[in-house]
Amino acid sequence: MTAVLRAEGLGKRYRRRWALSDCTLEIPSGHVTGLVGPNGAGKTTLLSLAVGLLAPTSGTIEVCGGRPAADAAQLAKVGFVAQDTPTYPGLSIADHLRMGAHTNPRWDDAVARSRVERLGLDPAQKAGRLSGGQRAQLALTLGLAKRPELLILDEPVASLDPLARREFLQVLMEAVAEHEVSVLLSSHVVRDLERVCDHVVVLVDSQVRVEGDVEALLDNHVRLTGPRRDPAALPADQHVVSASHTDRQSTFVVRTDAPVLDPSWTVGRLGLEDLVLAYMEGSRAVAAGPVLEVLR
Amino acid sequence: MIWLTWRQFRAQAAAVAAIALAFALVLAATGRRLADLATTYRDVFDHLTANDRHLFYAGIVVIAVAPVIIGVFWGAPLVARELEAGTHRLAWTQSVTRTRWLAVKLGVTALAAATAVGLLTLAVTWWSQPLDGALSSTHGSLPSRLTPVSFAMRGVVPIGYAVFGVVLGATLGAVLRRSLPAMAVTLAALIFVQIAVPTWIRAHLMPTAEQTVTFDRQRLDGIGISDNGPGTTTHVTVNTKGGVGNWVLSNQTVDASGRATGLPSWFGSCLPPPPAPGTTEGPVKVQGPDTLDACFTRLNAEGYRQHVVYQPAKHFWPLQWVELALFLAVSGLLAGFCFWWVRRRLS
Repeated sequence: MTAVLRAEGLGKRYRRRWALSDCTLEIPSGHVTGLVGPNGAGKTTLLSLAVGLLAPTSGTIEVCGGRPAADAAQLAKVGFVAQDTPTYPGLSIADHLRMGAHTNPRWDDAVARSRVERLGLDPAQKAGRLSGGQRAQLALTLGLAKRPELLILDEPVASLDPLARREFLQVLMEAVAEHEVSVLLSSHVVRDLERVCDHVVVLVDSQVRVEGDVEALLDNHVRLTGPRRDPAALPADQHVVSASHTDRQSTFVVRTDAPVLDPSWTVGRLGLEDLVLAYMEGSRAVAAGPVLEVLR
Repeated sequence: MIWLTWRQFRAQAAAVAAIALAFALVLAATGRRLADLATTYRDVFDHLTANDRHLFYAGIVVIAVAPVIIGVFWGAPLVARELEAGTHRLAWTQSVTRTRWLAVKLGVTALAAATAVGLLTLAVTWWSQPLDGALSSTHGSLPSRLTPVSFAMRGVVPIGYAVFGVVLGATLGAVLRRSLPAMAVTLAALIFVQIAVPTWIRAHLMPTAEQTVTFDRQRLDGIGISDNGPGTTTHVTVNTKGGVGNWVLSNQTVDASGRATGLPSWFGSCLPPPPAPGTTEGPVKVQGPDTLDACFTRLNAEGYRQHVVYQPAKHFWPLQWVELALFLAVSGLLAGFCFWWVRRRLS
């Protein structure tokens, strides 16, 4: 299995703030990979680095075997649907398709046209008059008809209503099955990704917290609930991801490869959303803990 | 990429082309009569209608304004509008490198600007040829084509201004990332350039000619008095040899040792008294010819001379090409910076 995206010590600094730091990552090809994390975690920065809109401050990134946006051939390998799905408001849908045909060597006009038809859009309509959902569909059409090896989508459904969201993701899944394209998409809403992703990367505070196959991750993470106790007292092969305590009870999310044998625990399985939230909470506790101590 | 550029640009291009064509047509319709006038009469100025004179100045204004308009409305939004709307993320992720994207956009726009302004300046230069520097037999004249009023509105120089306007606008747009501020700064910068070049630069593009001449009535162009009470200074301006069409850069009275000075105080008595306050100022009548000639003879005898520095009329075309080359060279450097900025700094 080859990697569609490989990052080593990747970092990006805007003036004095690091939007992404020391990111080492390998995303296998042939998967739909979800990039999740809270707002401002560095998702857009990572994706912009992957399509070459940004240049790294440190480290390296390689996408489909080349430096992002190095030349026209490299650009042709990667499709991109940017955040808020920008289109030219004064240009019609047909104009956008012509733009795609003129600027992409592997452009598949039949795919583009049939998709527009299936969506029930009028090709003469100006993009500026489309609804958010329709514009997102147009941007997706441009990305798919380019016939890339990797399609990157940055928060494609963030501004859509629930119905348009579901439609968009459904269309995306159909297209992925049809064209055998690798997909990397970001969202801060885990539930959107749960249905479509088989691989996930969790990015919090500009760093990769966890990454891997969704099934495998759900198999080796469990929620333990039981009488209150210190996390340090847990067995060495149980890595605490997050911990919360009431007066009498402790709840831990732990990563472990071995089955949990301690009978005092109630062992629960996690959904992807729980898992991601646990990593987000865990990192917040680590960051905020000492500060609160000092304030007290 | 050329298609996309054209698709985004065609509305603006059509607007400017329509205005340019309309103006060129008006000039074409009226120009023939002027050419005939010039071959028939020596004192063309006396045979012009008010309409002709208005068109003459309209030609100057149109060519002065066109590169500014083009720089502000074509150049400044070229990159800025994409950055503002976020559409650069769409454009830069198609299979076209950023360098090529900018090269096509900038190239097509600059070429269109050069064509539009080239057509205008061709029409205006042809139309106003009989009128440039036209003199009246009695009173009045139109500026000659080498003077700052009309030099950059004739010949090939306006093309340089137009290309420069586009490149400057695009660069400022890329740096400022907002259309409106970019347009405002471009407007201010282009106006500044149009003032700065004739004021400080153009005169030095080619070696100037100079003459030191004696005073006589034939050369007298005018006498100015600045009356500031005691120590009143009086200035005389004289024509240079060949006269019409030269661009006079300095016109100064020097004393016997060659030092710049005013006219001696006794010269004041050679002139009529200034009109009394309240009376309308008529054309100044020089006191009896004998008095003035005598005064000139005395000035010459005391070693006073008039020192004139100027660009001779025959420098018009060499200066045109040098200034065009200058603007194209600066545009080239600026474009290089723009490419670097878009490739490196916008990532």
